Amino acid sequence: MAKITFITTDNESVTLEADSGSVMELAVQNNIKGIDGDCGGVCSCATCHVHVAPEHVEKAGEASEIEKDMLELDDNADEFSRLCCQLDVTDQLDGIILRVAV
Amino acid sequence: MNQVVSQLPICVVIGASHAGVNLAFSLRKEGWQGKIKLFDADPVLPYHRPPLSKAYLTSEDGIDKNLLKSAESYEKEDIQLALGTKVSSIDRENKMITLDDGSQQAYDKLVYAAGARPIIPPITGIETAKHLYPLRTAADVTHIRQALNASETKRVVIIGGGYIGLETAASLKKLGAKVTVLEREPRILARVTAPEMSNFFAKLHAEQGVDVYTHKNVVEIETQAGLNQVKCSDGTQYTADIIIVGVGIRVNSELAASAGIKLDNGILVDEMACTNDKDIYAIGDCTYHFNPHYDRYIRLESVQNAVDQAKVAAAAICGKAPVYNTLPWFWSDQYGIKLQMVGLSTGYTHIVMREEAGDDTKFSVWYFKDETLLAVDAINNAKAYVIGTKFIKGGDKVCQTKLADSTVEFKPANLLID
Ligand SMILES: Cc1cc2nc3c(=O)[nH]c(=O)nc-3n(C[C@H](O)[C@H](O)[C@H](O)COP(=O)(O)OP(=O)(O)OC[C@H]3O[C@@H](n4cnc5c(N)ncnc54)[C@H](O)[C@@H]3O)c2cc1C
Ligand code: FES
Repeated sequence: MAKITFITTDNESVTLEADSGSVMELAVQNNIKGIDGDCGGVCSCATCHVHVAPEHVEKAGEASEIEKDMLELDDNADEFSRLCCQLDVTDQLDGIILRVAV
Repeated sequence: MNQVVSQLPICVVIGASHAGVNLAFSLRKEGWQGKIKLFDADPVLPYHRPPLSKAYLTSEDGIDKNLLKSAESYEKEDIQLALGTKVSSIDRENKMITLDDGSQQAYDKLVYAAGARPIIPPITGIETAKHLYPLRTAADVTHIRQALNASETKRVVIIGGGYIGLETAASLKKLGAKVTVLEREPRILARVTAPEMSNFFAKLHAEQGVDVYTHKNVVEIETQAGLNQVKCSDGTQYTADIIIVGVGIRVNSELAASAGIKLDNGILVDEMACTNDKDIYAIGDCTYHFNPHYDRYIRLESVQNAVDQAKVAAAAICGKAPVYNTLPWFWSDQYGIKLQMVGLSTGYTHIVMREEAGDDTKFSVWYFKDETLLAVDAINNAKAYVIGTKFIKGGDKVCQTKLADSTVEFKPANLLID
């Protein structure tokens, strides 16, 4: 079981618990504003962009090459950016804070 | 006491799929205070269609793992869903729709998001074929999975070598089927890509053990004792336990047409996704709309178009003046290969191939009309897709020689004409 906190662009903070699926699915399931997941989670649309809290980067691990490339589509991407359909919910993510990208 | 009952306006949506559902949520984002009610003939909570021929087909997941939005999300945003309900007519004069049970629903704004349905070609014997399915809905996938599980020999013939046909071939192969694809044109994906891409996919399927035949015009299906013989005009025939039809779609335009909404290869809409009736909008696969990037009217079958038109229509309904001006994009996943496409290649004069040194499953095809970049198809190469997107959006002048040279590092700055 992992606790995952989303901070939306209106600065609303929502903490959710899950034990499987992707972080994007969790966000869409709970109607987190700004996470659309238009491609259904196959790293094709970049509508599931989040910034990982700098102190939690290790929990998230490193993005794959295709994910890094897709993030380049978004001018707001930075070194903490992830496409959260590529983040699987595991215990390792427990406590992570994700800021939904603008 | 005098009570003033203020009637909230209602936005009614025909079709609750990628276009209709995104419209509803976008309306709330834009501040629509009125009611929102979506009608769809499909009884299932709205789901993603692209995975139906891809990951969802090969998984054992129920459709609940593949939803566009959760049931709670609709409740939270006060969006009403009337599923399993077919709309049978539109009365523009009285601003009313009629449902197939005869009941009526008034609207202030109506959004037509009825999408499209698979074409079932008039092949002799097609009505009596056994286990013949299109692939458009969750129910289709259930039927295909069931038929496959029940079949020992699992011989599948897929009519049509477009994206849906090929994705389905890859997925069913993974499930242990013996798959044959029959394409009428001289090459697969003929309508949408350059010959180089067709060759790549033909080779890929062959390597995976799927038989892909071109120049195969299916003229008859003969079914005896539950077994189908799929017959082509050249005299060849293929035995099939299961047949999948993937030869394209037809717009669900009948309701609009009988209400006098203007059609032209789909529902004709302006840059705000509005039809010739100012209170009726149309979005998604069913629309024929203007694309400023390519300076012409087009009809698109893509999630991108459904979502982006939904956002434009929602803004327009809320009194803003948006303009639909987006670059089309699309993807396809077959066996671990990822294809990403941006732009529209129609009218290209030539292509430039960009290969990446040391990796023959990673390349991109760049479609040019003389000096102008029109579109990019990228295979396992999101970088090419992203760079292509930026170049097309920016109208940048690309140096075709550098682009073709895989020793030139793949960075936007390196690829432009100095
Ligand atoms: C197998 C498959 C794979 C695909 N893969 C991709 C892909 O990889 N990438 C991509 O971008 N796109 C893909 N697409 C295309 C994409 O799914 C469509 O572009 C998208 O679904 C269009 O959405 P829409 O809402 O406009 O129309 P539709 O999805 O067609 O939805 C229309 C809805 O309207 C309902 N309806 C119609 N008439 C009535 C009526 N009279 N009363 C009530 N309800 C009605 C229908 O039941 C339907 O649910 C794929 C499609 C399929 C079928
Ligand atoms: S959901 Fe499309 S890239 Fe993540």
